[in-house]
Amino acid sequence: MGLLSFVTWSPLIGAVLLALLPREPVRGVRRAALVFSLIPFVASLVMLARFQTGVADFQMVERLAWIPSWGIGYELGIDGISLFLVVLTTFLVPIVMLNAWGDVHKHVKEYFAFMLVLETGMIGALLALDLFLFYVFWEVMLVPMYFLIGLWGGEQRVYATMKFVLFTMAGSLLMLVAILYGAWQVKVATGAFGFSYEAFAALQLPLREQLLLFAAFGLAFAIKVPLFPLHTWLPDAHTQAPTGGSVILAGVMLKMGTYGFLRFAMPLFPAAVAEATPWIVWLSAIGIVYGALVATVQPDMKRLVAYSSVSHLGFVMLGMFALTPTAVAGSVYQMLNHGLSTGGLFLMVGMVYERRHTRKIADYGGLWAVVPRYAAVFLVVMFASAGLPGLNGFIGEFLVLVGTFPVHPWATAVATSGVILGALYLLWMYQRVIFGPVTHEENRKLTDLSPREVVVIAPVIAMCVFMGVYPRPFLERMQPSIDRVIARVQAASAAQAPPTVVADAAGETR
Amino acid sequence: MTAELSSFVSGWQAGWPAFLVGLTAFAVMFADLVSDGKDRDGLVIVGLIGLGITAAFSVSAWFGTGDPGGFQNTLRADRFGLFFTVVICAAAALTLLMSVEYLREHDLPAGDYHALVLLSTCGMVFMALANDLIVVFISLEVMSVGVYVLSGMLRGDKRSIEAAMKYFLLGAFASGFLLYGIAFFYGATGTTQLDGIAQVLARDGVGPMALLGIVLVTVGFGFKVALVPFQGWTPDVYEGAPTPVTAFMAVGVKAAAFAALVRVFATSLEAAAVDWTGILQVLAVLTMSVGNVAAIAQRSVKRMLAYSSIAHAGYALVGLVANSAEGGSAVLYYLAAYTAMNVGAFAVLIALGRRGEPNDDLDAMAGVGLRQPILGLSMTVFMLALAGFPPTAGFAGKFYLFSAAIDAGHVTLAIIGVLNSLVSVYYYLGVIVQMYMVEGTLVPVSPRSRPWLLWVIFASVVATFWLGVLPSGPMDAARAAFASLG
Repeated sequence: MGLLSFVTWSPLIGAVLLALLPREPVRGVRRAALVFSLIPFVASLVMLARFQTGVADFQMVERLAWIPSWGIGYELGIDGISLFLVVLTTFLVPIVMLNAWGDVHKHVKEYFAFMLVLETGMIGALLALDLFLFYVFWEVMLVPMYFLIGLWGGEQRVYATMKFVLFTMAGSLLMLVAILYGAWQVKVATGAFGFSYEAFAALQLPLREQLLLFAAFGLAFAIKVPLFPLHTWLPDAHTQAPTGGSVILAGVMLKMGTYGFLRFAMPLFPAAVAEATPWIVWLSAIGIVYGALVATVQPDMKRLVAYSSVSHLGFVMLGMFALTPTAVAGSVYQMLNHGLSTGGLFLMVGMVYERRHTRKIADYGGLWAVVPRYAAVFLVVMFASAGLPGLNGFIGEFLVLVGTFPVHPWATAVATSGVILGALYLLWMYQRVIFGPVTHEENRKLTDLSPREVVVIAPVIAMCVFMGVYPRPFLERMQPSIDRVIARVQAASAAQAPPTVVADAAGETR
Repeated sequence: MTAELSSFVSGWQAGWPAFLVGLTAFAVMFADLVSDGKDRDGLVIVGLIGLGITAAFSVSAWFGTGDPGGFQNTLRADRFGLFFTVVICAAAALTLLMSVEYLREHDLPAGDYHALVLLSTCGMVFMALANDLIVVFISLEVMSVGVYVLSGMLRGDKRSIEAAMKYFLLGAFASGFLLYGIAFFYGATGTTQLDGIAQVLARDGVGPMALLGIVLVTVGFGFKVALVPFQGWTPDVYEGAPTPVTAFMAVGVKAAAFAALVRVFATSLEAAAVDWTGILQVLAVLTMSVGNVAAIAQRSVKRMLAYSSIAHAGYALVGLVANSAEGGSAVLYYLAAYTAMNVGAFAVLIALGRRGEPNDDLDAMAGVGLRQPILGLSMTVFMLALAGFPPTAGFAGKFYLFSAAIDAGHVTLAIIGVLNSLVSVYYYLGVIVQMYMVEGTLVPVSPRSRPWLLWVIFASVVATFWLGVLPSGPMDAARAAFASLG
């Protein structure tokens, strides 16, 4: 088994082993789950160490025939775009596992098992180089998340989880048709069905077909992102999900959408990108401001963080479609940042929810006096999310805005106001929760962070700071692959223009 | 023996798969007679052995090289027929297995029951082999009569009697249509043999009489596989019949009827493809959509599965509409996949049932997933498979069907199919919601030990994943089977 396969499948193997363990004692189950989630993390660090900087192409590729008569293969590979997203996934899962020691008390074994299955789905989707395989992983992700929300979620969990699944499926099923259509086009071109990334990349489709395929893929990804106005499932899913579910949903699953654009929709159907860009850029800009405005008025902390995701993911989309090296790098960087800081925010909200069983901002106030350690940690995470210089969020947003401005000045201007609004709603929430006098007597009895909780949040904080002051090791690994995508898209849009000119010239000479 | 007779029975081995099943039925009856109706398990074992021999015979015949035709080519034991023989035998074997405890708990006569299932199976296998419209008709009747009786076996239950009546009356109508259609074909072409019809139609073109034949035959088959608008009987009959019989109808009858349907259309009506693909396309869209939309509203899981089986017939029809080698093989593969996951779903339903209480109500499933983890998990697998989640048989099957449709240029049809899958996700997940996310109100009973049933469930889970994860082998078999048609 190759390294990438090991990273992909070791969580699933862990889940199976976990399912075979006895239900009691719960402590044993928890420890086993943590160990099972650390194995893929360590493996992904090995992968990180083996990754060759400066190489644009896929590395550590594994290929096996799977369904040969359709040209479907088991193909995995990693490049600068997926590298850190995989590591982010394996990094967040142990954190979520450890965090769940405090807030998951029913069906503990199942919770951890679903989380590990989910991890396999996410990593597989990030590594798959065959579109059939990608689609399988893409769909497999849904099932454990459906259970995580539906079994461990809040009051409205059934509604939220069904909405989540139906929205996501609506997009992904059309993507399935698009994948089939693409494979058929491969057959038309080469004589045999083919689902590999390379076979799709080699297709030369006319603009109209590229547009349709881009739309089908794009819809699936845009729902996942979620791009305004397809975001309505997200606040419900987030609010109802248990803390771990929210962290993974925000931390990794939303990135599947943006990753999908960058890996599949844009480079595979490059001619369509130019046509779609104005739409997506403006929807992103609207999403940034809209998400921020709606977040501002949320009385519920978790809903506030959920809407802030709509806003933050807008930056990622904006940077991606600017198609300048700086902006795309910023948007990939921002994917990681959002995973860390929003994941961190959900963890912080979850920790206080465990103690008080309410997420209403109005139910808190003056926590600094009661739980200073909590307040201090919350402050750092909040600043990371707001994009304070010196922390990771700043680098990402800065690169996106700088890289986008020359191409889409007006949209950038609108987006920049989102940065200000972002600071506004986060600071305002922080102020209402942490500062001032203690308004509710119950809050006086709150306990500060336990050592376990410190262990949970410390790696997140450490990474936020590290990525804020030293982005180079990340950027230099990403950049070659990003440049390759940009070059491919731009070559296609350049190729789109000349043929008409040539045709005209030919027509005149005749 | 006159020369005429000997030429008629030459190639008699073509009928062997069906004869073997018929012999098994008689063996079961005989065993029942000798054992005084006491040894129920023994009867099942006799039946399973017979079905196993039939399947083994079919597999060995698959690799044989002789002329598959027999009885003046009215029967053809080609790979197409053998593929369906194996699927039908599997469906019958699983039905027998899942009936053991059910019959005991409902005090039903085991000997009659098992013999009827096998006789009906014999008709199904004949149908899979039939290369002549008259044989199609006779085997359809053999199959149906058994199922008419089986569906009314719960004599104390009004719903069961109503089911039998309804199925019998409407089934008789359908047979009439089919026979009428056959008569028109005979009138148009002077033969009832499929290859003969193909030759005449290719030579003379498709006249109004043949066209009428196509329409009437489509109505006859449409009733048996429950295509909209001939589906009206399905929910009531499925709901009223004893659950193992429902499962048998949903997979066995459907597979056999589809076998005949595909053979008739793909073999003999090639020349008329322009006409019937249009008709079937409309039927496919209607069937998928009506089945799925109606399934949403059901409170009974059995009725929901009835409507969902209508929808699945619609998906399968998409492959036929594609009218290509890939499309035809996709239908075969899909029916095998559907057999695995649907039998499993019904088996779980039986396992959840308690005598005298409704076992099929959605509310009764509340909290089951946590109380009975094995059943809950298996049902989850079957529901996700029926909804088409990877990596299960349901996904691979739909993938095959829709890719064949796109390959044949029917992109819109594929999109309609996919949107229907989305609708179906809602009600299949509804069952899971009920099992895991709703607190159970019924007093939990300790689950009864039903080893036979558990084997069925286990086998179905394994088959559902096998067909989904490693579809290559079965797909190649389906392709070879379809390629063996004339």
